[in-house]
Amino acid sequence: MKSGRPSLLPAYFFALIGFLYLPIFVLFLFSINSNTSFSFPLQGFSLTWYQQLFDSAPVLRAARNSLFVAAGSSLAATALGTMVSILAIRFQFRFKGLLIALSVLPLIVPYIVLGVALLLLFSVFHIDRSLWTVGIAHTVVALPYVVLIVASRLAGFNENIEEAAMDLGADYPTTLRRIVLPTIFPAMVSAALTAFTVSFDEFALALFLAGTQPTFPVYLFSQLRFANRLPVMIALAVLLMIGTLTLVFAAERIRRK
Amino acid sequence: MGEGQRRGGLDRRATFPFLYLPPLLWLGFFFIVPLILMLAFSFRADMKGDLFAAFMPTLKQYASLFATGSYWRLLGISASMAFGVACAAVVLSYPIAYFLAFRAGDRAGFYLVLLLVPFWTSYLLRVMAWKIMLGTEGVINSFLIYVGLIQEPLGALLYSRTAVIITLIYVWIPFATLPILAALQRITPDLFEAAADLGAPPLRQFTRIALPLSMPGILAAFFMVFIPTIGEYVTPLLVGGSRGSMYGNIIQDFFTKAANWPFGSAMSMVMLAATLILVAVATRLIKFRDLLQ
Repeated sequence: MKSGRPSLLPAYFFALIGFLYLPIFVLFLFSINSNTSFSFPLQGFSLTWYQQLFDSAPVLRAARNSLFVAAGSSLAATALGTMVSILAIRFQFRFKGLLIALSVLPLIVPYIVLGVALLLLFSVFHIDRSLWTVGIAHTVVALPYVVLIVASRLAGFNENIEEAAMDLGADYPTTLRRIVLPTIFPAMVSAALTAFTVSFDEFALALFLAGTQPTFPVYLFSQLRFANRLPVMIALAVLLMIGTLTLVFAAERIRRK
Repeated sequence: MGEGQRRGGLDRRATFPFLYLPPLLWLGFFFIVPLILMLAFSFRADMKGDLFAAFMPTLKQYASLFATGSYWRLLGISASMAFGVACAAVVLSYPIAYFLAFRAGDRAGFYLVLLLVPFWTSYLLRVMAWKIMLGTEGVINSFLIYVGLIQEPLGALLYSRTAVIITLIYVWIPFATLPILAALQRITPDLFEAAADLGAPPLRQFTRIALPLSMPGILAAFFMVFIPTIGEYVTPLLVGGSRGSMYGNIIQDFFTKAANWPFGSAMSMVMLAATLILVAVATRLIKFRDLLQ
């Protein structure tokens, strides 16, 4: 295993890590720079942008919209995905393969295609675009992640406990509630957090479906043209990034248990 | 076993629809129906009349799509861009996966998290960061001028296909590492020792053991980047400008600016078909199930 150039691989790894963190570092740098232009030399340290952020109603509203959509869609996706997982692992029925394929397929269909297809659906049925339509789309794309996480957890547990509960007189809904759900609960929480981060960051679908209530990525996109608004957006983005990372680490922690 | 089991069986059957119908209806109504509507729309002649009204199906949209060379060329360009991005992402992430699998030792877990953190941060934001860096008055240009390396800003950095490709490679590297790492971790280190004992030099150990045994991971990484990149429209929108457009941007234009939904639907169906064919090829080549464990 000892190669002639043992130090090359780590050097490459850390160079690439540097390359990956460079843009994030640059964003952070300009969120505490006092000038609005993104060029060197830096103008000096300032927290003005963070301060302005909390005075800017549209920015906060967009962040709140994203929070609502992400919370709603992750709960819906977790509920639906858990149903699919229980069916996939514990039931035998006709068209089972079809249901599983159907619930993983949103992972494959390009977002641009799904986005315009949903736009068509809502237009045909005269449903106004709103946070609800964004949430519906996010539920569809988050569902595969939930199924992958929850089904693999359920597959790791022996069915005997459920049979024992039923032998002792519990009906199936009770068994689900008292045995199955507590067993897979950590996976459900992890799946919900994953779905939350998927939705919170999602832009390609939201751009088509958001209507007049922008989610944070859509709002961010609409503000990109105005250079003087950017530092505030970046300040918020840095805060959101910290929030997302906290959630991701929480999800990993819970999943590993 | 008597009563309990039988009663349980009945309960299970009674519970089944409650588990089955909600996801089926949701996916049916919000995933399958929209795609069918889109298929139907692609056979419409124009946007006239109510969206729900009956119409005479026509192949007009497909005919004009097939007749217009520039759309095909753009689909070809998008596919080649995705191909290049996928190849570059695989080549660049292979050493990382190799390092994590065999050389990082106890710290591999920590290094993996370090690698994935950028992937978990906002996509739009990372792309925007590249925009800030590549712009004419952006970080790279102003830094180079500041330190005196150049006098005039380099214009070609932003709003080009190159900018789109660089940004996409950057975005995908952590993601492409994962399947390769999964494949490498399944190789028993004994194999390398045996090869070394038999006199194989390190390079030969790599080409005869690590490379062939990690091929499923390489293919998985390739397709996991290639497939979503063909349908990409956000990255070109942000850093590509008009010169960096991809097929997805034209679809977006037909649904927004041009408001020619039937034609946009036909273009989307072509994109969907291309994607499904690629997925079929990928699943033939790789057993994804093995990599998930």
